[in-house]
Amino acid sequence: MCTLEKRGSVFVLTLTSENDEQHRLNPTLLSSLLAALNQINSQATAASALVTTAQGRFFCNGFDFRWARAAADPHAARIRLRAMSDSLRPVLAALFSLPIPTVAAVSGHAAAAGAVFALAHDHVLMRGDRGVLYMPEVDLGITLPDYFAAVVREKVAAARDVVLAGKKVRADEAVEMGVVRSAHDSAEGAVEAAMRLGEELTRRKWVGEAYVEIRKSLFPEVTEVLGLAPKSIVSKI
Amino acid sequence: MCSLEKRGNVWVLTLAGDDPEHRLNQTLIDSLTSALSRLASHATPGSVLLTTANGKFFSNGFDLAWARAASSSSAATDRLQFLVDSLKPVIAALLSLPMPTIAAVNGHASAAGFILAISHDYVLMRGDRGVLYMPEVDLGLPLPEYFTAVMRSKLKSPAVLRDLVLGGAKMKAAEAVKAGIVDSAHDSEERTVEAAMRLGEELARRKWVGEVYAEIRKSLYPVACTSLALTQKAIVSKI
Repeated sequence: MCTLEKRGSVFVLTLTSENDEQHRLNPTLLSSLLAALNQINSQATAASALVTTAQGRFFCNGFDFRWARAAADPHAARIRLRAMSDSLRPVLAALFSLPIPTVAAVSGHAAAAGAVFALAHDHVLMRGDRGVLYMPEVDLGITLPDYFAAVVREKVAAARDVVLAGKKVRADEAVEMGVVRSAHDSAEGAVEAAMRLGEELTRRKWVGEAYVEIRKSLFPEVTEVLGLAPKSIVSKI
Repeated sequence: MCSLEKRGNVWVLTLAGDDPEHRLNQTLIDSLTSALSRLASHATPGSVLLTTANGKFFSNGFDLAWARAASSSSAATDRLQFLVDSLKPVIAALLSLPMPTIAAVNGHASAAGFILAISHDYVLMRGDRGVLYMPEVDLGLPLPEYFTAVMRSKLKSPAVLRDLVLGGAKMKAAEAVKAGIVDSAHDSEERTVEAAMRLGEELARRKWVGEVYAEIRKSLYPVACTSLALTQKAIVSKI
């Protein structure tokens, strides 16, 4: 599950641990994320920003394979996996369509779908004392959904090392790779820095409608694969 | 001609033969094609391909001398086009090969020879001599569409692309490492191949499922794959 609160002008979306400390993405968490993002979208103003984080040692450990494997047979398990993959797509589309800057404070491991969710934010901050970004698909022998590949291609210059070599990337390496903006001593440190960044960004008072279109134009492959069409907007000049 | 031998888990493909520049003509291209198709059918989890060459050239590109030896200039153009078309399935085979691929660039790699090198997943290069070079701008030749597609997929920096393709820059290994084209530079040809073998053994230990590996690679390079007419295959996951 996740909670949404507003601290000053910053929306804080937190993946919570009551049922699963790894915050694996199952239908419950996915629909709760989608509802929260829709709520943010309807309440956003020119002076807001989003910080997404999680409780505990995990940011998000990907899709909930436990739930998929608990299905009656392998066929049903694949249908469940497919359902989660189909449900994350609109969550990322909602995140990508938010008319405000988005910041992920990666408070621990972010793997597979969890890494993609983190990378889909405009800015990624990460704790440096523990936790890795990891795309395990090549190790697990599963291919990437098209939108995973698009996010990694457009957000990670060293995509080969991450998806084709299954490299576990620590915060300091991720900073060097240009994937993570800054590494911090602890989860709290990462969240505090993300809050400061969020507040700083809100002071720019960017026009949300234009901000979204600029984001989409920067990442055309992600935009296309998520089914988001570019919108032409009348400039205020 | 090229030879293919297996050392441990690593298949070593070596460009050899009488031409020290390993220019890509019909004989060499056919030999590469059959080596790669043999490899694709013999792949097992843990297989790796290492491509290198004998001497001070990796490959100096298409055999322009053969093309120019044609009876007329239009026949020469046809010969060149024939080589362009023949290499395309080789590059497609590399990008869909169900195992990790490493190029150990033992010397000059230019034009089609450069494209052949960067179509591997990892590129290691000797640092004491040899350059990477796209001479088309100097020669007044246009680039085949799949050359640019492969370069755009593999070389992410606009400045690097400009220098190489539009500037005809000759890059030594150290610069190529900085430019993100080459993974590491080594003291000599032998050291380069040794390092490539070590990397190959390391990758072999991961025992990746080749079929999935190839699909993940293709999903990384959609522009190159479209140009090479490689489509994504849906694979049933083994979860």
